[in-house]
Amino acid sequence: MTDDKLDWPLYEIFIRARSGLDHKHVGSLHATDARMAIEHARDLYTRRQEGVSIWAVRSSEIVASDPGEADALFEPARDKIYRHPTFYDIPDEVKTL
Amino acid sequence: MTPHATYVLRLADTNLVLAQRLGEWVGHAPALEEDLGLANVALDLLGQARLLLAHAGDLEGRSRDEDALAYLREESEFLNLTLVEQPNGDFGRTIVRQFLFDAWQSALLEALAASSDPKLAAIAAKAAKESRYHLRYSSGWLIRLGDGTPESRARVTDALVRLWPFTGELFDADDVDRSAAAVGIGPAPDALAAAWNTTVDRVLAEATLTRPAPAGFGWHGKQGRHSEHLGYLLAEMQSLHRAHPGATW
Repeated sequence: MTDDKLDWPLYEIFIRARSGLDHKHVGSLHATDARMAIEHARDLYTRRQEGVSIWAVRSSEIVASDPGEADALFEPARDKIYRHPTFYDIPDEVKTL
Repeated sequence: MTPHATYVLRLADTNLVLAQRLGEWVGHAPALEEDLGLANVALDLLGQARLLLAHAGDLEGRSRDEDALAYLREESEFLNLTLVEQPNGDFGRTIVRQFLFDAWQSALLEALAASSDPKLAAIAAKAAKESRYHLRYSSGWLIRLGDGTPESRARVTDALVRLWPFTGELFDADDVDRSAAAVGIGPAPDALAAAWNTTVDRVLAEATLTRPAPAGFGWHGKQGRHSEHLGYLLAEMQSLHRAHPGATW
């Protein structure tokens, strides 16, 4: 195979395992266009019945936070424990919280 | 062998030989993703072939199982369509061969789902979903390559001209076909032509490719008279089983 010579764009693949669940990131693949990305994702990531829905997103379209800014972005939340909803009594009937 | 068993064996052999051809791409496809894509199609076809071979063996009633039928018959006993034994060539030619086949098989399986043979109808109903995906895959590629670069366009145009003569056999009825159609086991071959033509013309138009002129054909693979390519394919496919009968791993 000549994978290194491919100039096909990279897509990030998200799979929904079953209805009602979120799409989860499962990996990435190369494809020339959106339709091929879905077909490749089907062949690569759903061959063992892993999913019922596929999202494909061009990797270049993803905006990522800067690891160098992690302190500024995430540190301040550490000591704000009151933001966690842990001070409520959950009724037994509520299963999915 | 009854016409019924022969009819089912033709379907089985056609799937088996095409699966073997597609399997030759494993490790050689232009991209890792295509390696898996082609292998998935091959495995779908092989799965269908196994069910059909087992069914043909039952109908024959000589206690030949799927392995005996796949590995212990000679070239002239194979009854696959001549189209599917044609060599892979480049990726474009493999796609053209696959597309011409998928357009036919998806129409065939739809008809076979209403077969008077309940086993065959059940196999067809399951396989039809796989075939619809195969057609989506091969037509997507044909459109990309036909409406692609001058190089890709030239290659699929050449492939279309080379493979077109083999499509005549898809719609050519002989006694086996007529007798299967008479009792509702399978559709008359020419009854599939309209659906096939619609699919082919639609995809060729989108791929900006020209439909080749009708061509005569001199191959009758489904009657055991093959092109020169099948023997090599069978030698590779059967050698392990013949050297080590019943080998498993």
